[in-house]
Amino acid sequence: MAIVHVEGLCRSFRVSEKEPGLAGTLRHFLKRRVRLVEAVRDLHFAIEPGEMVGFLGPNGAGKTTTLKMLSGLLHPSGGLVRVAGHVPARREADFLRRITLVMGQKQQLIWDLPPLDSLRVNAAVYGLDDQEASRRIRELAEMLELGEELHRPVRKLSLGQRMKAELLASLLHRPQVLFLDEPTLGLDVNAQAAMRRFLADYNRRHGATVLLTSHYMADITALCPRVLLIHAGSLFHDGSLEQLTQRLAPRREVRLELAEILPAAAFHGYGDLESCSGRDVRLLVDRDRLTAVVGRLLAELPVLDLEVREPPIEDIIGRLFRQGSTSAS
Amino acid sequence: MSLPPSLGRRRTGGSPAGRALAFALRIARALFVSQYALMLEFRAEILLWALSGLLPLLMFSLWSGAPAGAAAGISHQAFARYFLAAFVVRQFTVVWVVYAFEEDNLLGRLSPLLLQPLPLVWRYAAAHLAEQATRLPFVVAMVALFFLAVPEAAWIPSPTRLLLALLAAHLGFWLNFLLQHAITMLCFWSERASALERFLFMPYLFLSGMLAPLDLYPEAVRRFALLTPFPSMLYLPAQLASGAPVDAVAGFRTVALWMAVLIPLNLWLWRAGVRRYAAMGG
Repeated sequence: MAIVHVEGLCRSFRVSEKEPGLAGTLRHFLKRRVRLVEAVRDLHFAIEPGEMVGFLGPNGAGKTTTLKMLSGLLHPSGGLVRVAGHVPARREADFLRRITLVMGQKQQLIWDLPPLDSLRVNAAVYGLDDQEASRRIRELAEMLELGEELHRPVRKLSLGQRMKAELLASLLHRPQVLFLDEPTLGLDVNAQAAMRRFLADYNRRHGATVLLTSHYMADITALCPRVLLIHAGSLFHDGSLEQLTQRLAPRREVRLELAEILPAAAFHGYGDLESCSGRDVRLLVDRDRLTAVVGRLLAELPVLDLEVREPPIEDIIGRLFRQGSTSAS
Repeated sequence: MSLPPSLGRRRTGGSPAGRALAFALRIARALFVSQYALMLEFRAEILLWALSGLLPLLMFSLWSGAPAGAAAGISHQAFARYFLAAFVVRQFTVVWVVYAFEEDNLLGRLSPLLLQPLPLVWRYAAAHLAEQATRLPFVVAMVALFFLAVPEAAWIPSPTRLLLALLAAHLGFWLNFLLQHAITMLCFWSERASALERFLFMPYLFLSGMLAPLDLYPEAVRRFALLTPFPSMLYLPAQLASGAPVDAVAGFRTVALWMAVLIPLNLWLWRAGVRRYAAMGG
């Protein structure tokens, strides 16, 4: 049975708009112009217990709004949501004990005190006795490679250390469902890798379900066998990254180095000729014909070297996002 | 607040109510300890806040030579005791929840806290109580200085009066807290709910007894003032502490009545507000 079940989820916001300048200010003062923005529309998906799912989409696609609805921070305008058997918007204590939402830009740790002070409060709030709290803090600190940092004021920690401490605080009550919104935002490459290792390890140890948004594709490719791609508030793709690549980039690039220069017409029937510069040629070939075409190229043309390239996933999704922003604007 | 399953099963035994109370006390203690540690980080700022509450002592300097006081039968010594008591009570009834909450709301700091199974009011209440504990040494020092400056005002209240004054001051704090917390809940609807709090400061200043003991007010104004919650936040505990005559029963009855109004109002506003919460700050 799905641990996260979303059916026809919608959320709209009323946004007031103001023209610049004095006239615009006076008009805004006398009469507010309000526009209804649909942040999420008719979203459907389900996540099974223990799954790690990537949640992708351009800025403003509705990812954070969806996560806030799944965690009970926002009330949906329509549709049905159930997480761990609860309706999140009711914010029942039992539900709140089963989930966590980590937002890369928001913090729950008390800024001027060491993380341990905030952790003690969390332990009390979630009903953990001192022994159990210490045991969990030790375990998580070890996994996150945190030590002395837990005794230093949060404001003195580096961004990476702070993010790890935030994660520790969010996981102390051992939630079943983790909603992670840009948990690696702003971290350097090493810290990002450490965070990924930790999340994979946590998922393996505790069987937690993870829904993760990130602008770093490396997070998604390393952690999430399944991705949900949300676009302009609606679900665009639900499946593996490979399926998404096939859907968005149905062709692969074949690079050839030839023994002699051939006219462009010689490549007719193999695929679309992208470029032909001396003995270097680039062709775009449909995925389903790739094996046959490569075989024919090797058999029929004087090929010295052949390389098949997958377009980088960042480029593919980036292109889609750019198309989305253009159409949105 | 419901008990976590781990506590429901624990070896501690005892009645569910007893376990719930122990759970609540443990949270309260953890919150107080962390907030006290935080307040100690800001002790210099708190000293300045304490000093900024000198208005009652300034009012004493104004009233001590005024003929109106003598006409009302209030001696120089009684004025000194009243305003010193008012200063002390004010130190322990100051409430700033609306400003803290408004800032947290606008900066998006509420979201992580709203995800915990603990109403936010606990955190703010703990912060206020921790701030009061931090103010205590400053207040003691200020009282000692006042007695050195005005030795004829030095007095020790009777144990009954002292206990009643402490109770009244503490209830006055909670009444003030509940009143401001109700305004705070309007942050869910308006980004600038503190404007209403600033508006309420004027009646507080006039009706609480901060500017003068209510006995100096015209009878109709005094009667009206005693119907409002403001005298319970200052006048009642200050009169009790300074040994001046006061109808304590009527005072505590007013506190109880206002609490009976404000507690359900706060609960209703909290529930409605959380539904309305739009998670500002992205």
